[in-house]
Amino acid sequence: MALLEIENLTVEFDTVEGRFRALDNVSYSVNAGEVLAVVGESGSGKSVAMLAVMGLLAQNGHVWADKLVFEGRDLMTMSDKERRKVIGKDISMIFQEPIASLNPCFTVGYQLDEALVQHTSLNRKERKDRMVELMQQVGMPEPEKAIKKFPHQMSGGQCQRVMIAMAIACSPKLLIADEPTTALDVTIQKQILDLLMDLQQKTGMGLIMITHDMGVVAETADRVIVQYKGKKMEEAGVLELFESPKNPYTRALLSALPENATGNRLPTVSDFHDGQGGAH
Amino acid sequence: MSNNVILEARDLVREYHTKEGMMGKTVVTRALKGVSFDLERGKTLAVVGESGCGKSTLARILTLIDPATSGDLFIEGKKIDISQERLSKEMRAKVQIVFQNPYGSLNPRQKIGDVLTEPLMINTNLSPAERREQAMDMLIKVGLGPEHFNRYPHMFSGGQRQRVAIARALMLNPSLLILDEPVSALDLSVQAQILNLLADLQDEFNLTYLFISHDLSVVRYIADKVMVMYFGEVVEYGDIETVFGDPQHEYTRTLFNATPKADIAHIKARLGVA
Repeated sequence: MALLEIENLTVEFDTVEGRFRALDNVSYSVNAGEVLAVVGESGSGKSVAMLAVMGLLAQNGHVWADKLVFEGRDLMTMSDKERRKVIGKDISMIFQEPIASLNPCFTVGYQLDEALVQHTSLNRKERKDRMVELMQQVGMPEPEKAIKKFPHQMSGGQCQRVMIAMAIACSPKLLIADEPTTALDVTIQKQILDLLMDLQQKTGMGLIMITHDMGVVAETADRVIVQYKGKKMEEAGVLELFESPKNPYTRALLSALPENATGNRLPTVSDFHDGQGGAH
Repeated sequence: MSNNVILEARDLVREYHTKEGMMGKTVVTRALKGVSFDLERGKTLAVVGESGCGKSTLARILTLIDPATSGDLFIEGKKIDISQERLSKEMRAKVQIVFQNPYGSLNPRQKIGDVLTEPLMINTNLSPAERREQAMDMLIKVGLGPEHFNRYPHMFSGGQRQRVAIARALMLNPSLLILDEPVSALDLSVQAQILNLLADLQDEFNLTYLFISHDLSVVRYIADKVMVMYFGEVVEYGDIETVFGDPQHEYTRTLFNATPKADIAHIKARLGVA
């Protein structure tokens, strides 16, 4: 049985110019122990689907789905109270901007503790031990000192480690990583990706990697979903996708990679769309 | 020195003095620790490194925004020291810069036409009609149209804004363009368009680029020479094929290894498929 199943998920937003459809009948599923990459450019709706699953959409967002099922339980009909027991515990998420995701007013230990207070019945001493253990797991030097630090006393890579520690605090079955390394330097990116893959393999959790970087897809994914303007373009195994992309958009995207350049100029995606329709 | 060298840097050092606390003593940060290189006309030199390695400090010195603490800078054979003398308008026009974030580098209350004509208004004696004409021409050269002249930045996408930023930098016919991470805020397909535009413009105007980037695949595609920086020092400098083919310094190798690779052989190796 799939861990998370999404069938015909549609998300619309109310705007001053009427309804905007950010996601249009998208279906996919993730199995336990699998790494699924969702790849697309800005506005492709790759994050919106996951925010809908997490119930994190703003007030003006409207969600429809034939199926939005986690471990056989329907997330659509679930009460808010039940849902809060699943979100943050069995499904957790890390975001793109590690420094902005942490509250600057509290120590990272305090913020890490919140997840444990909410979802576990550990006492104060046990929670402290668990925090130190988590900090060790995510490769933080001097874990005891680290939990007393404020976010501004840490680097971007360290903040992302704290976010990961928070996300895995309750041993989730599904971890959603939304562009986890986009704001980081390449050498730090490698460390964070290695850490995520390592944790995924050790715990056997499902991992959804949302990214725009084909390199990150190639380095991490088992299976790939390609999205464009709210629609699913292609779904394939990672090797199949890079070897023989079926969809013209995927082909265009792969040929726009500078490392695949053959001549003096790069082929662009403009045969597929004008690439600059952003003016509204 | 050959005629082809447009910019020469010798042992550029930049120190920043900051005070630690109210009563604290002055702390000296050496952002650049003696950087030397030559830049040939019509070529592209890429500067690669991570945050804090001094890339942007170098960009500020070369754009003549900040003076170097010590070291010499020659532009077209002429020694320039902005801490000693005021820059002439001709010198000012020679080096222009394009910044990373096209959302932050354009004034939201300024129309595109004004963005482009402002450098001409300050630095030349052209009449308003001539300025307008030049701006229109430039819009077409960077792949926009005359209809964009009276629009505001918020009406453009990221890629279009970066085209505007490039157009603004080219208004004074510079010979050297400093590109500070010009495509790292853009989507892959838009990135390809902007890289193509830069290549077209380089051919047309015989421009010289100093291309600052952290993306090695982009650097390999666009640059003739590459300079790898690490904590304010140049650890490797040479032709693109030499450096990529046979990196000498430990840090360069670390950087190459950390870069995600999207080739099929690499995916097969990861998945353990023959």
